[in-house]
Amino acid sequence: MGMEEKVSFFKDGLRLDGRRADELRPIKMEVGVLARADGSCYMEMGDNKVIAAVYGPREVHPRHLQEATRAIVRYRYNMASFSVEERKRPGPDRRSYEVSKVSREALEPVILTSYFPKSVVDIFVEVLQADAGTRTAGINAASVALADAGIPMKSLISSCAAGKVDGEIVLDPMKIEDNLGEADVPIAMTPGGDITLLQMDGRLAPEEFRRALELAKTGCQQIYEIQRKVLVDRYSSISGSGSCDQAPALAEDEIHE
Amino acid sequence: MSDVVMAEIRKDYLYHLVLKGERADGRAFDEYRDINLETGPIRKADGSALVRLGKTQVMVGVKIQPGEPFSDTPNKGVIITNAELVPLASPNFEPGPPNEVGIELARVVDRGVRESGAIDLEALCIAPGEKVWIVFIDVHILDDCGNLMDASSLGAIAALMTAKVPAAQYNLGEDYPLPVKDIPVATTAVEFGDATIFDPDTDEESVADTKLTVITTADGSVCGMQKSGPGFLSQDHIYRIVDIACERAREIREKFLEV
Repeated sequence: MGMEEKVSFFKDGLRLDGRRADELRPIKMEVGVLARADGSCYMEMGDNKVIAAVYGPREVHPRHLQEATRAIVRYRYNMASFSVEERKRPGPDRRSYEVSKVSREALEPVILTSYFPKSVVDIFVEVLQADAGTRTAGINAASVALADAGIPMKSLISSCAAGKVDGEIVLDPMKIEDNLGEADVPIAMTPGGDITLLQMDGRLAPEEFRRALELAKTGCQQIYEIQRKVLVDRYSSISGSGSCDQAPALAEDEIHE
Repeated sequence: MSDVVMAEIRKDYLYHLVLKGERADGRAFDEYRDINLETGPIRKADGSALVRLGKTQVMVGVKIQPGEPFSDTPNKGVIITNAELVPLASPNFEPGPPNEVGIELARVVDRGVRESGAIDLEALCIAPGEKVWIVFIDVHILDDCGNLMDASSLGAIAALMTAKVPAAQYNLGEDYPLPVKDIPVATTAVEFGDATIFDPDTDEESVADTKLTVITTADGSVCGMQKSGPGFLSQDHIYRIVDIACERAREIREKFLEV
């Protein structure tokens, strides 16, 4: 393979897929795509295709995992064997364990777990097609699926990455930019700007890191608007009660367990 | 249940200390515990290091063996990093395959070594597409008194810097030092309300809900980061942590890793 060949990532100031440096890939989101799940969301981010399902709050199995004062959150990130160029061996590997952990920790801060002691909120993310940025796409879809399931949250979480290619900081790197680029910084944040996911690999001067973080934030803001819109579109047309299973709106001080 | 109560009492105590600008062991917020580094304690390993960070003890062993390269990098050596949280090191560790904490630890240590380009992988090619040197970095936690990320990363680079490629053993010429090109150092801070505390001990880790590890290279670049734990980080705090991390890493590098 010609991996050592110098690839140019820009042509006439635009990236290989025609994007500007500060542009996201096209996004498509759909809410409530699965009948059995309590909440679900399908998302495309460029060539990434992911689907997220939320089950719960429900009883914890095995029982010893349950917490007396709050719900636990579980997150399973899984790649389909056909989602990548060369077939991936099915089932969890070390990468997916780590992605699952950081993704759970990206969403947990906004979930009001104290409303549901001794229960679990299960989040399942299946990557059907991967093209760099699957963890961020998964978090975006999961956040909307949580809202779709009626899980009480402080806010949505939006996620995207910034990278460095050919010495330039770019938003939402695609596969070739991620593979051959110089750095990748995936983040997730609340609409208020609090960061709940932050990873980085590659090489950046501290000042470049700041620019990457700023750029990734602008991506998250755009994604937030899309997430909000798909939820509003989905639920503004549903009138009255009964059509969506609302979780009981308990105030925190009403809980005596 | 008692764990929950203890955690609450401890959290309250530590939290109020921090409000007064203090830590339980009297350190400044950005101060590390004493570091003690011993290289080469394991004669059977090709490189090894015992790190003591306060009372935390981590042994890192490096083994180097010939093996097959990955098909997409036929002329490059391979790095494989593992971490074992063995039950002797903490009442919270259980026997069995690595859990997500162990996997995350190994992957962050690996990220530092890999992304900094510390090991010259091309120099580890024996026959392109057929045979390369495989570098196994095994992190063995002996005593978990907090901040395993930094202790393990320091142990890994120290073990690599003193490692020998055992060529003679495989009739591949003479032994030679593993080519190391950079010195990544990991620096970890936890968030305590509005305060940021470096090199947390186990108590501090158990009450803080957010941790950020920043790995920097010898030229002051950042080559790896990992936020860990179910909490928030503000942008200001991230920048502050990166700035202090660069400084602390430079000190650690100068004191322990540069000859």
